[in-house]
Amino acid sequence: MEYIIIVISAIFVNNIVFAQFLGICPFLGVSNKLSTSVGMGGAVVFVMTLATIVTYLIYQFVLVPLGLGFLQTISYILVIAALVQMVEIILKKVSPSLYQALGIFLPLITTNCAVLGVAILVIQKNLNLLESVVFAVATSVGFTLALVIFAGIREHMELMGVPKGMRGVPIALVVAGLLSLAFMGFAGLV
Amino acid sequence: MQNFTKGFIRNNPVLVLLLGMCPTLGVTTSAINGLGMGLATTFVLVMANVVISLMKNIIPDKVRIPSFIVVIASFVTIVDLVMAGYAPALHEQLGLFIPLIVVNCIVLGRAEAFASKNDVFSSMIDGLGMGLGFAFALTLLGGIREILGSGALFGIKFIQGDAILVFVLAPGAFIALGYLIALINKLRKA
Repeated sequence: MEYIIIVISAIFVNNIVFAQFLGICPFLGVSNKLSTSVGMGGAVVFVMTLATIVTYLIYQFVLVPLGLGFLQTISYILVIAALVQMVEIILKKVSPSLYQALGIFLPLITTNCAVLGVAILVIQKNLNLLESVVFAVATSVGFTLALVIFAGIREHMELMGVPKGMRGVPIALVVAGLLSLAFMGFAGLV
Repeated sequence: MQNFTKGFIRNNPVLVLLLGMCPTLGVTTSAINGLGMGLATTFVLVMANVVISLMKNIIPDKVRIPSFIVVIASFVTIVDLVMAGYAPALHEQLGLFIPLIVVNCIVLGRAEAFASKNDVFSSMIDGLGMGLGFAFALTLLGGIREILGSGALFGIKFIQGDAILVFVLAPGAFIALGYLIALINKLRKA
């Protein structure tokens, strides 16, 4: 039951994009086409889950015993950057087809603040390892959901007569605002 | 002088270059939060630019990005700890977004594009200009949202009765920024 609450809360109620404003750069950047947004979403699910597990273990078994909690930010960003590099190299060897699909998105993920944000959040929320994994998976699924919905709307918007000054980013932000308003309807669900 | 002023209007990091969207949307529920976040980022930008400019000749080209990130993360940790000690209320409000200055594309962007190629003094001025431009944009957006959403500015209430609450909630951030960017686009072309 507890895990179901974490999942629903992370995907709908506290959606990482619409309620917490993390990962806005890729959200605005790669949401022009439905197919690329699915690819980006897949890459984020993969990296975020892995990064959360690794950083959680490092925090609990290296930083805390040594009393180095204040090094959290530095060590996390290095671990995430190294991890992304490693995933890229391994994918290239093991599964070239998956690499083809996710490859170009992987370098972008290092600077996706959602990944670092979730790694810090699970520590702040005092979740245990299993809860952290569930939280990371659910959050990244929520990110993918937001990205896919938004890309679908933007594909349609290309055919519409948007006022000149609002074209591009301004109208995208207003659409995101309306979507965020829609997601507020989930508040109070859990 | 030109290094200083370019960050304000013509190349404003938020309103024109569209960098650093996550903190821009996340912390601007009031003018004072926007200003606090802007000044924290300015400090990191200036210090990181100075240090990176000093070290530009000893950092090997191949590992420059990881080295830049470590320098930036060190200053972010300093800001985080100092703010927790001296401004706990603001630290509480900004929360997760303080450690996330590490992945703010403006900071790494200026390190790579300017500080690694120029002398110490111009790098410092460039960081200061960009940082204050960022702080200006955040304070502006925070002020607009605070006036519309709670009828106050810098915490001083001047409109009695109900305000448009949605502007201090998540959807209002997207919508207000969208219209602000549209307005800036219009002014730049005119």
